[in-house]
Parts: sequence; C-alpha cells; structure tokens
Amino acid sequence: MTEQWDPPRQRSFLEVNDLRVHFNTDDGVVKSVDGLSFKLERGKTLGIVGESGSGKSVSSMALMGLQRYAKAKMTGEIWLDGEELLSADDDHVRSLRGKKMAMIFQDPLSAMHPFYTVGQQIIEAYRIHHKVTKAVARKHAIEMLDRVGIPQPSSRVDDYPHQFSGGMRQRAMIAMALSCDPELLIADEPTTALDVTVQAQILDLIQDLQQEFGSAVIIITHDLGVVAEQADEVAIMYAGRIVEHAPVLAIFDRPLHPYTQGLFRSIPGISGRHDRLEAIPGQVPDLLRLPSGCTFRDRCPQAIADCAGVAPPLEEHAPGHRAACIRL
Amino acid sequence: MTPLIEVREVRKHFPIGGGLFGGPRAWVLAVDGVSLAIQPGETLGLVGESGSGKSTLGRLMLRLIEPTSGEVAFDGRSLLALGARELRALRREMQIIFQDPYGSLDPRMRVESIVGEGLAIHGLGTRAQRRERVRELLELVGLPPEAARRYPHEFSGGQRQRIGIARALAVGPRFVVADEAVSALDVSIQAQILNLLQDLRRRLGLTMLFIAHDLRIIEHLSDRVAVMYLGKIVELAPREAIYTNPRHPYTRALLSAVPVPDPRQRRQRMVLGGDVPSPVEPPPGCAFHPRCPHAEDVCRTVVPPLVAGRGGHAVACHVFPADPL
Repeated sequence: MTEQWDPPRQRSFLEVNDLRVHFNTDDGVVKSVDGLSFKLERGKTLGIVGESGSGKSVSSMALMGLQRYAKAKMTGEIWLDGEELLSADDDHVRSLRGKKMAMIFQDPLSAMHPFYTVGQQIIEAYRIHHKVTKAVARKHAIEMLDRVGIPQPSSRVDDYPHQFSGGMRQRAMIAMALSCDPELLIADEPTTALDVTVQAQILDLIQDLQQEFGSAVIIITHDLGVVAEQADEVAIMYAGRIVEHAPVLAIFDRPLHPYTQGLFRSIPGISGRHDRLEAIPGQVPDLLRLPSGCTFRDRCPQAIADCAGVAPPLEEHAPGHRAACIRL
Repeated sequence: MTPLIEVREVRKHFPIGGGLFGGPRAWVLAVDGVSLAIQPGETLGLVGESGSGKSTLGRLMLRLIEPTSGEVAFDGRSLLALGARELRALRREMQIIFQDPYGSLDPRMRVESIVGEGLAIHGLGTRAQRRERVRELLELVGLPPEAARRYPHEFSGGQRQRIGIARALAVGPRFVVADEAVSALDVSIQAQILNLLQDLRRRLGLTMLFIAHDLRIIEHLSDRVAVMYLGKIVELAPREAIYTNPRHPYTRALLSAVPVPDPRQRRQRMVLGGDVPSPVEPPPGCAFHPRCPHAEDVCRTVVPPLVAGRGGHAVACHVFPADPL
C-alpha cells in the first residue's frame, strides 16, 4: 500500500497516483474517478475492466489530458516517463499526444474528421511530430494503412472515412494512433462496436504492433475474454475505484473481491453450463447515490454491517494481488 | 407436429438509390432464400454479424415487414394471406423484444401505459383488470409494483429491458422474437436478463427466436442454432452439434474468434481476412468464399444449398457437408 507514495527513485514508465476526476453537476458531485493508483511498464498490457459508470473511460481520457477541457476537477499525479502530466501546461500535453501517447476510441466515426481524407488525417498527425515533407508523410501513411490490413492502401489513402466499412475505419484509426509509434497506447473498448471476426483481427493487430514497438498498452473493456487473451495485468473498476488489481493468471485463478467473483460467474461461457447464470443482483451504480463505505455493498452477497463504515483500501493479499474488501 | 412458425424460401430485397421517377439503382439482398421452422416450445438461436440479415428475418417472421417473395406460416396458417384485421388479431400471439431499451420505450408514457398498451389495443379485460394484469407482469419480470407509475427515464438499462419484456408478454404471446435483447446491457445485468428469459420461457412455454451476434449468449438459451451469413443460413444444428462439431468454415471461424475468458488458453485463432462483404453485391457462388481458407473452384460459381444430414444438422458448404442421412 505504501509503495505507491514512495519518493521518485525509479518511477515506472506510467505511474498514476490517487487520481480523482470529479464533475460538479446540478444534482451534486459526480466522482467518476475517485482515487486511482497503478503502475505500468513498457511492453506490458494492463486490462481495465468495468461496467457503465465504473470510471474506466473517464480515467483514460484523463490520462490523455483530454479531460482538462471539460469542467472537471482533477487531482492526483500522472507520471509518464518521468514527467508529471496533471500539472503540465496544455501545450506541452498536446505535444505529447500522438508520439508519447495515443488513443484508440470505441467509435472510429466520431474520432475521425468527416471532411478530411483518411490519409490527410494520418499525414497531419505525423508531420506534427516529424519534420518531413508531405510526400514522405504520405508514403508513411500508405505504409501504415498497409500495415493494419487496408486493401489497396495507395488508393484508399485518399478515401474519406465514410467510404470505409466499420472494420476498416477502426483499422484506419489504429493506423492513425500508431503512426508515430506511441510509447503508451490506450485502447478504449477498441473492438466493442465490431463484428466478432473483425474483432479478432484488431486484437491480433494491437498485439503485433506492441511486440514490434515495445509500447505500454492499456486496454479498457467489459469483455473478460479480451482481457484473458491480451492483458498481463488486470484492474477491475467499480464506481470510480479499482477494487482488485492482479496479474492476469492470479485474478482468473483466484478472484478475491466479491464483485470480481460475481463478474466472472455472470459470463455465459462457450460449452459447459447451460443452466442459470449467477447474476449480480441490483443495478449498475448511480454515481450520485452511492452507498457509504464500500460502494459495492448494496449488491454484495458477503456484505456485513462494517462495510458501511469507511471505503476499504486496496491492500495486497498475495504478491502483486491487491483487493479492496474488508472481508478478506 | 406442426411447427409454430415456419418460413419457406423467404426473401427480402430492399431497394437503394434511384430518384423520384427512376427505379432503384441496386438492391440489398438482406434475406435471400431462407427456410426455417420452429417447433412449439423451442428456442432457436439465430447468430450472425452485421449485415447478415438476422434482424430482417426476425421481422419477416412477425410480418412486421413484407417479404419480397416466399411464405410465412404461423401455426399452419399463412401469415401473408391474412387481411389487416385478422393480422391484428394474430399479433397477440407474436411479440418482439428490441435491443435498445432506451429507444424502444415512449418517454412520455408511464410504465403502466407502456406495458398495458397491447391489452388496451386488443380490448382485453376491463380497465381495472388491465391494471391488475400490469402489476402481475411487473412482478413476473422482477420490477416493484411502484414502477407502474413511473416513466422510462427513471430506470436503468436492465430495468428498462424488463419493461420491454413485460410489454411483449402482456398479451400472452406464444411466439416471441428477442432481437439482441441483452446486447446493450452490462455484463452483470446481462446475466440477470438471460436468467429471466430462461425462466419465462419455461414457465410460459414460449417459443422463441433469439437473435444475437454473440455465440456465448446464443448457446446459453437456445435448443437449436442457425448461423446466418449475407442473407442465407449457412449452418443449422442442435446446440450441442454447433459447439462441438461445427462444419461450416464460417461457423468455425465465428467460434474461434470469440475471446475465451481463460488466460491459460491463449490459442491460435482462426482469423478471417477482410470484412463481411456488402449485401448489395454478394460474391457469386458461396458468398463466404472470398474469406474462406478452404474455398475450391466450385465455391466460386455454385451457390451451396443448405443440405440436411444426420442428427438434424444442416450445412450449406461444398467442402464440409453434413454427415449424410
């Protein structure tokens, strides 16, 4: 527990310390992210799993510095390769986007500009970070499109986003995100909107590119299958907090937190059980009406009176395996 | 036994393009010659990717849209021969649950009106009886009686889907189409709704067409599974057979593409190249051949028919047919 606040002797490539993103609304303060801490090294993949309202997407936007334009109150620290980003100025954070860190969004259509060709959008991003001529950047864009499996890249580079199919758009966005070899890649539900067969292609692609460039990758998803196949480490989020964080094998072998256990039991599996699923009772949390203490306690089968007290801290129960539950 | 619902060689072609006076420029072959029968009490899972025509087929079975050609029969009666009045009477027997629990409920209606609307339209019971029936239905789908006086926006996604289910069941249907009914829900809520559908279908003896793009969800609920690709059924088999002995290369690719929630089983996936082709100009021969690793010459020219084999297993593939009868 104490290790996260150690002095910066040797920082991890990415270190997030007690990150909070709060929004003031007419109905009260929405604590979308409420005390997030984790570390990630280069070449590793962290899977962040959560349902609606867990804060998984807000966290990723905060890491990218995209939340600074919204009326959000942010506190904590985000250290990327030795630099603290939360206190850095806007221009500096902008200059890091693309090369130092890049993001793949769930919906490629809203992440691309409809008036510019796919090529123009990749070229623009590339030339911000590389002092090269348009012709060189264009050649690079075609190479990237080829790399992600767009057929006839030298002619498709001049197409507009709407001329691409859903899977091709997602691949084009990945090409855009990877065009400057980002050292940190955040993929927010990168395959949720895609068909299963295309999803498999995209996941393989992210893995290949990571191996090639040694990037750190954060995959945000609600699909435990995606996590099992891609992640080295898994963080489970609930109502703005990490409730369990562990190496992938440990969390699948022995999930500790009752929410993680419930989540694992509620997935219908291929082959095997056709009887009832063990559903988690209740509804996904309403961030304006969270219970006191442990926010999962109103849905938790193991809750006791003490759970209403203070929010349980994330504590280590086995090497590298942390969980936030007072019943452990 | 007479199937409760049956379609024979049903086709639905949507026109696209063309102006006010010109004819259409092209046709989308959304459903292109499908024959299927669902027995009373059976749940048929229909799986396919976007553009496969699975939702269109579901709507054709309810005659929510008119087929371009082919036959649809409910309990032995042709649905297409019915006049407006007879069709409306028959609507009591067939209902649909939609994917989007946000878009499919009228935001200005209270839950009791939404759930009771079908009862009122069909003139079932007195006002007081209808109110009582709505209470029963809400209880049946696991909502508190107070829910009746509230509006859809006051509910979460999972609760809204329960309202949608209560509405579909209000008039006592025998056949229900569930079109991606759990796809928009969170994992923990998805399990609740799947369990609810499972219970209801047993309790009420429902016959169901369960449409989804996720084979894991299909497996959970279905007695038989049909796999659709570009407007055609490519494989149809009892649930066990689809998962343990899939024949069609597309079915196998679909199964292998599903990420397995077990980190010790990171295996080599059978990754298909390319996207699902456009249903406007489906490839000649077997529509799957451009993505199929096993395609032979015949696949490029001859459309493989869906041939039934042993154990109720039907496959439309030149290379991997079903075991002969």
